[in-house]
Amino acid sequence: MFPASFEYHRVSSVKDALALLSQFGDEAKILAGGHSLLPMMKLRLAQPAHLVDIGAVHELAQIQEQGGRILIGGLATHHSVETSSIVKAKLPILAECAALIGDIQVRNRGTIGGSLAHADPAADYPAAALALEAEMTLENPGGKRKVKAADFFLDLLTTAVQAGEILTQVSFAALGAGTGGVYLKHRHPASGFATVGVAAVVTLKGTNFDKVRVGITGLGAKAFRASSVEKALAGKASDAIAAAASHAADGVDATSDTYASGEFRAELARVYTRRALEQAVARVKA
Amino acid sequence: MAVVPKFVGERIKRREDPRLITGTGQYVDDVRLPGMLTALVLRSPYAHAKINSIKLDAAQKVPGVVAVLCGDDLKDKVGSVPCVAPAEHVPYHPVLAQGKVRFVGEGVAVAVASDAYIAQDALDQIEVDYDPLEAVTDPEQALEAGAPILHDEFKTNSVTLASVPNPAVDEAMNKADKVIRFRIHNQRLAPVPMEPRGVVARWEPGYKQLTIWSSTQIPHLMRSQVADMLKLGENKIHVIAPEVGGGFGAKLNVYAEEALISHLAITLKRPVKWIERRRENLSGTTHGRDQIVYLEIAANKDGEVLALKGRFICDMGAYLQLLTPAIPGFSGLMMTGCYKIPALAFDQQMVFTNKMATDAYRGAGRPEAAFIAERTMEAVASEFNLDPADVRRKNFIAKASFPAPTAGGLVYDSGDYELTLNKALDQIDYNKTRAEQAAAAKEGRYIGIGIASYVEICGIGPSALLPPKLKGGGWESCTVRIEPDGKVTVLTGVSPHGQGQETTFAQIVADELGIDIDDVTVVHGDTALVPYGIGTFGSRGTTVGGPALMMSVGKLQAKMKRIASTMMEVPPEQLEFRNRTIAMASDASKSIALQTVIEAAYGYKTVIEGVEPGLDATSFYEPSACTFPFGTHVAVVEVDSQTGQVKFLRYVAVDDCGKVISPLLVEGQIQGGIAQGIAQALYEEVKYDEGGQLLSATLMDYAVPKANMLPHYELLSTVTPSPVNSLGVKGVGEAGTIGATPCAYNAVLDALKRLGIRDLDMPLKPETIWRAIRDAKKA
Repeated sequence: MFPASFEYHRVSSVKDALALLSQFGDEAKILAGGHSLLPMMKLRLAQPAHLVDIGAVHELAQIQEQGGRILIGGLATHHSVETSSIVKAKLPILAECAALIGDIQVRNRGTIGGSLAHADPAADYPAAALALEAEMTLENPGGKRKVKAADFFLDLLTTAVQAGEILTQVSFAALGAGTGGVYLKHRHPASGFATVGVAAVVTLKGTNFDKVRVGITGLGAKAFRASSVEKALAGKASDAIAAAASHAADGVDATSDTYASGEFRAELARVYTRRALEQAVARVKA
Repeated sequence: MAVVPKFVGERIKRREDPRLITGTGQYVDDVRLPGMLTALVLRSPYAHAKINSIKLDAAQKVPGVVAVLCGDDLKDKVGSVPCVAPAEHVPYHPVLAQGKVRFVGEGVAVAVASDAYIAQDALDQIEVDYDPLEAVTDPEQALEAGAPILHDEFKTNSVTLASVPNPAVDEAMNKADKVIRFRIHNQRLAPVPMEPRGVVARWEPGYKQLTIWSSTQIPHLMRSQVADMLKLGENKIHVIAPEVGGGFGAKLNVYAEEALISHLAITLKRPVKWIERRRENLSGTTHGRDQIVYLEIAANKDGEVLALKGRFICDMGAYLQLLTPAIPGFSGLMMTGCYKIPALAFDQQMVFTNKMATDAYRGAGRPEAAFIAERTMEAVASEFNLDPADVRRKNFIAKASFPAPTAGGLVYDSGDYELTLNKALDQIDYNKTRAEQAAAAKEGRYIGIGIASYVEICGIGPSALLPPKLKGGGWESCTVRIEPDGKVTVLTGVSPHGQGQETTFAQIVADELGIDIDDVTVVHGDTALVPYGIGTFGSRGTTVGGPALMMSVGKLQAKMKRIASTMMEVPPEQLEFRNRTIAMASDASKSIALQTVIEAAYGYKTVIEGVEPGLDATSFYEPSACTFPFGTHVAVVEVDSQTGQVKFLRYVAVDDCGKVISPLLVEGQIQGGIAQGIAQALYEEVKYDEGGQLLSATLMDYAVPKANMLPHYELLSTVTPSPVNSLGVKGVGEAGTIGATPCAYNAVLDALKRLGIRDLDMPLKPETIWRAIRDAKKA
């Protein structure tokens, strides 16, 4: 409950934040919404000597549309994503996903960049980021680089973000005509995290699937694309959903905890994948 | 001046709320004193271990640290944490472990520093050398030969065995059409008050006076016990229970920290604060329930239940807290519920395990009893293919039978059980809902209707029911003081912490004296102000505290009538209190202003024979009997057979708590109670692994329900006044919890009935339900 002592730095630009990161190296941590870092510090599981607060870097909190892409700053809170008129119009699935995160207090403080960079295996955003084929912008003293969602989540709490880098922006293609998406989660009754969460984004050509993207969180150590489900649906009609969804947990070492066994989680992944795909199709047709 | 309205029975908003909502109430953590230090407790990471050594010196050297102590430093200085309930084996319970730890979260050392951060730095420097021992967390295994023994001196993990035999039960078992047997586990729960515990202690050396601020339900009883532990006179200890952010029974206790922090304040001669952290609250504040019962039901084909027999195994945890072994008794005595079941026998084996102690938690023994009774009704209905509502009707104690003696040896004061059942079924439209259930089943859907009729015991009660070692009976105290300016101060011995007696008692006083509610202030929770009182628990605040208030108000009314009588030259029996006057009942125009009488009492310019000056009355009310609130809850749920998730479609509660003084507050109590009752059925579970590690030590793991996990409540009531007290009230603090658990449980099991599923363990988690459905479909 009481963190070890640390030095607090409040910066007003990404450049200053990066400079402090390179100055203090492993000793420094970025503080955004604090919803992952502060609990760990309170338990003294994390004891950074320097905390670099980027809360005042206001341009990182912006949500904008540019050239058919939706650009969300890493500091945008879940609440601002949930209520953004741009997101609601162009990426309704992402607004719905944000609305299902934690509770109102968490959504008011927690940030999209913080959530993605922390990569909690039961966080909601990673499933949506994968299904929407998001692109993360990572900044370091040498410049910027972009990483696709599919290459971003590496392992439990591990992402492509390198030491000294900051996740500054997440970019999404707006959903086009004939495309619909749905995020469904089985909410952990205590934590509110996704016991299993499934994001399905489908594009139909006529009555058949043109493109299917399924991101699943909560099932294993990291969020993943359910490629076997996607492949099983390629070019098929929606009556293929049930059979395809049965592959949702294939090849995943499913997590067991006191709330849900791996076996149950795998079943939830199959059921929610089927339901998410069915609802996504219904949305396109509606 | 406007006519003063009546307040009793009106929907008055809680007068406590504005200060709580605006953050201007004072909780223990809001107490800030000059020179105050902060204490943190180092807690055992092991469920069972020998302590070889504790090295404190590095911690003591941390700058800003004032003291670091362990259990051995406190031997002979602070007495054992008390258990007042009778038991065969009551272990010594040190405020910090000595030689051995027996559960995860047991206090091992304490650091006192200028702030909590430094105190935590100090805890990090303490080195404890443990020898881990085998732990036992399953109470049935704890009784087996060769199980690890918690307290070597007893050579057994048995705390005590209580038996209530009855040969008539065996006769009934022999002649019944069927004996139904199954096992029930009322799982272990954590009370989780929103405000954890906390203690501030201040010692004033010149006065040799100790002040303790504690988040407690029982300031006076706690003072008596802490005086014992510290060997101080009770007149040297001033206990203040400021705002208390929920207790649910968990603060009906005396904890190690209350004595430990006091001892530190005395020895360091500086105020010391300790505020419990949530992890400590979940591991080191008493838990509730954790009772296993092997139940036998003797029943006939027509649904008549002839006898109940229960063999209980009750998990006490590692030590006995204030009332730990007394709680299960209620489960045995009340397990016949609302029913005229003629024969009852039970025995209760209380067991030590390497877990936190259990004790009172909202309902304290009665939720377990109601669960047994209502599972009994469902089991009989299933066995003989009868409608569960009909089985209840068949067995109800009839309205004409009250006061009704029960097989458990109690006497229920008043009731009309069938009325609440009928009202609840009408509200839900039972026959139509059953038809909808059948139609949904044809579509492959699983809808269930759950019924629970409950009765519980409140207003405890006659002092003979309370343990002799408690140093206080079942009575309650109240002082009412009319101040010279006409404002009224009520000083009550109950210690409300959410129940709202600042509102309820003000309503009563305002009506009795014909004054405005804003002229009444209710004071509680301060042993220097309030006469010795017993406190708030067991839904007794208004049921026992209310009549004490009425007695004192009555004394003042009589006195003021005598004064008015002299001034008006009218016999006192012809006078009544009305609209800020004392007036002739037969002629309202003949009246005298209340304020004139009050001034006469204080000014005392005219001496009235036998009337003392002042307007101050203190009373102690000893109840003649307990009260028995009751009701029926009905829920309709739909189970998602693919994910095991339960969705509420309806929730109807018909509760009867006797006369209602404050309808809004009664509804609030029922709503919160239902939430906690549903939580037991569906969500909550304190879980230890076999090695005694606590797996539910944070609110990320322990599933206290949020609003979106609960149904919309349709609340109805009936009113059957209690003949036991002058207010006709019965108590309502626990009713919702007691009705809701079996109601929600029965609804889910009813949904699964066509699959042959009859028995699942609580909480009914999605995985539990999903597995049961899968296995039933395989079979």
